[in-house]
Amino acid sequence: MKEALRPATDWELASMVQNFAARNQPVEVVGNGTKSNVGRPMQTAATVSTQSMRTITLYEPTELVMSAQTGTPLSLIEAELAARGQMLAFEPIDLGPATGGRVGQQTIGGVFASNLSGPRRVVTGAARDHLIGIKGVSGRAEMFKSGGRVMKNVTGYDLARGLSGSWGTLGILTEVTFKVLPWPEAAATLIYRGLTDDLAAELMCAAMGTPFEVSAAAHLSEGLTQRVEVGTLASIGSGLTAIRIENFVKSVLYRKDALRTLLKVYGEPIELDYESTLKFWSDLRRLSVVCDKESALWRISTSPVNGAKLVAAIRKHMTAEAYYDWSGGLIWLEVPATADAGASDIRRAVAVHGGHATLIRADRAIRGAVEVFQPQTPVLDRITRDIKTAFDPQGILNPGRMYAGI
Amino acid sequence: MSHIALPDPDRRIIARRDQIIADLGRLIGADQVIADEDGRRAYETDALTAYRRMPLAVVLPTSTEQVAAILRYCGEAGIKVVPRGAGTSLCGGALPAEDAVVVCISKMNRVLEIDYSARTARVQTGITNLAISEAVGKSGYFYAPDPSSQLACTLAGNLAMNSGGAHCLKYGVTTNNVMGVKMVLISGEVIEVGGAHLDAEGYDLLGLIVGSEGQFGIITEATVRIIHAAEGARPMLIGFSNSEDAGRCVSAIIGSGIIPVAIEFMDKPAIEVCESFAKAGYPLDVGALLIVEVEGSEEEIQDLLTQISEMAKPFEPRKIIISDGPVQSAKIWKGRKSAFGAIGRISDYYCMDGTIPLSRLPEVLTSISEICARHRLKVANIFHAGDGNLHPLILYEANDPEQSERAELAGAEILKLCVDVGGCLTGEHGVGIEKRDLMRVQFSDADLALQMRIKTAFDPGWLLNPAKVFPLDGREPAAAAE
Repeated sequence: MKEALRPATDWELASMVQNFAARNQPVEVVGNGTKSNVGRPMQTAATVSTQSMRTITLYEPTELVMSAQTGTPLSLIEAELAARGQMLAFEPIDLGPATGGRVGQQTIGGVFASNLSGPRRVVTGAARDHLIGIKGVSGRAEMFKSGGRVMKNVTGYDLARGLSGSWGTLGILTEVTFKVLPWPEAAATLIYRGLTDDLAAELMCAAMGTPFEVSAAAHLSEGLTQRVEVGTLASIGSGLTAIRIENFVKSVLYRKDALRTLLKVYGEPIELDYESTLKFWSDLRRLSVVCDKESALWRISTSPVNGAKLVAAIRKHMTAEAYYDWSGGLIWLEVPATADAGASDIRRAVAVHGGHATLIRADRAIRGAVEVFQPQTPVLDRITRDIKTAFDPQGILNPGRMYAGI
Repeated sequence: MSHIALPDPDRRIIARRDQIIADLGRLIGADQVIADEDGRRAYETDALTAYRRMPLAVVLPTSTEQVAAILRYCGEAGIKVVPRGAGTSLCGGALPAEDAVVVCISKMNRVLEIDYSARTARVQTGITNLAISEAVGKSGYFYAPDPSSQLACTLAGNLAMNSGGAHCLKYGVTTNNVMGVKMVLISGEVIEVGGAHLDAEGYDLLGLIVGSEGQFGIITEATVRIIHAAEGARPMLIGFSNSEDAGRCVSAIIGSGIIPVAIEFMDKPAIEVCESFAKAGYPLDVGALLIVEVEGSEEEIQDLLTQISEMAKPFEPRKIIISDGPVQSAKIWKGRKSAFGAIGRISDYYCMDGTIPLSRLPEVLTSISEICARHRLKVANIFHAGDGNLHPLILYEANDPEQSERAELAGAEILKLCVDVGGCLTGEHGVGIEKRDLMRVQFSDADLALQMRIKTAFDPGWLLNPAKVFPLDGREPAAAAE
């Protein structure tokens, strides 16, 4: 990474952006840079980092709300929350290990700028659903805010969500305010074995369609199961399908048994205790099962009823190891690192089955040659460009990171 | 109540009225165009009834293609458009204009597809909020956002305002429960954003569209998340001697790690009115009460309600009623659910919708009392305590212009107070015309300019739902002609 400018305040940041704008100079926007290898390669002469803005500015556990400057390390935030028995319910994904970066280093700003959520997203919503307020500096060097610190707020347009997942291309967030939730008192996981992708999807959907508030449902292909580092799961000799239940102690006992009974046609599950449950799902949050650097990694979001079909369609063209999450609707797919990382076949399968695909891990050259994010229809592309212009008319913030010219 | 300025209608458009009505009739059929005065009068206002404007014409499209044809025509001809669902907006969000065509989506009310495996429903947006839950209810599912007007209000309106409800503490508001929309732009182009999958590709346009108050386009179809209902749910009622204790009890419950489905707060005036109307068995010797509802199996519910009773003890509750079954549950909710109707029977009221940090509740309630006393008005407070959404109901005599004006002034002071303590102008009703001129209390000019530029990205000519959300002065050049 180039030597980064590290403003300490939003004022200082605004004046830096003012300078970049005056010189029409593109700038790379980063937190700790853990996702620098993700997205289209950029040509920027300068880097600005939020690293020096790292204070938790508000924490009201009884109102389930926290505000933090965007350079605050996620690890610091999660430790602070854990000390009061709370958490970020959407289980932010750590892309570091899977993309050649460091583990556990991302900032809270990066979490919302990428909007990559983990297993619990399927019930509690994504990062963007928990974001209730933002402050930032636009490409016009203007400081702006939206939302606030209260849960319910429909005053003006919802820019907080609008900036979620914009990868620093619209504005540089300086402070985020987000909803937090209590840590569940207890948790358990039921692991089913030997199911095909189709059957696994059926089981996951059945589990999600119960009153028992299943908090995660994931399926690993056999090749990925061998990489699981929890107990002896790696050696079960098949793929695995995992169902998580979280709640108060008594509820977990009751709901786990109710689910076992409901799902008994899928076989006898292995049960993970609290500690193993924590490790199993936090490993998935770090994408520990799809860290084979020799392969390319895609992230595909589709309807849970189409996930297995979509992967089957891709497997007609290439070998693929799949980590299904969100009841089968999210697929982290490892494929051979060919010249286009499988892009043309994968995009065709997605077009047929619905959803969108993002190339997460590939060489810089490949990321420069194929579309990394899902290509948009001409009308949506036009709106996207107009929104970019609304925030950053000169195109100086992370230019081209998501789409050419945006 | 009428001091909010509305722009003078464009005489050139009104002069072309007959031609416009004929053109609209040719596009979608004359039987779907309402042009006569009596017919149009039904659409002259919404639930903010103090403001009325006769629309130029009303159209009732039955398909996305028809909506597209109407918007393309209006867009090309420079005619303003006011989208409308059921007209239940409390902030004047559906208020027509004399030079605007009202596009009412209420005939498009079909359920298109239900997928219980994926837990989604695809519907036309003229469907009422409650009808979605009814369509999936027999299979044990429901659609979570539940605004008080859910019997009448349409999903289209919920999407425009990002509506909430009493149960969103646990399940979130509209934006957290919608996965995709089909929307017609003023150009007549139809876009699809999101769908049966989670999370957006590219920018989160869906996040921007939900809550844009009908100013970006007209949403004709949506894919929403449906949720399997819990095994059961039961409320309890806790009465306290004052609001402060009630507020502290809410903090204690949430701080303990229990997230109830709903925590509703009523102050003494609200309790008295509701009890005299609904005979719900509310204690009259308390200063404030909470209704707390939890979900789960019978045993889980019992367990949670017992825990909550214990948590309430330090705050010396005057009365605790734990529902013992469906009959008593209905009775406890009856008072709260009939609150607006009950208050409406004794007086006209002006319903405010600020949000505040829970910790500031006692001082905010004191200040609200002072503000209303200064304006010689009575007030009752209803509060979604779990998420800080406060509904002060200012009682006034609508036929008395002087009292109406005082009510409006008191309302504006209350909303400024909400912003001052760290909250916002509106938690779930929207800005509309009602809070348009207060936007600078919460936002800087740069904040508003940014929002207006996004509006321009979707609607370059500023034809959709005009004169709402942003103060009329200081608008984008593109909107200056409005």
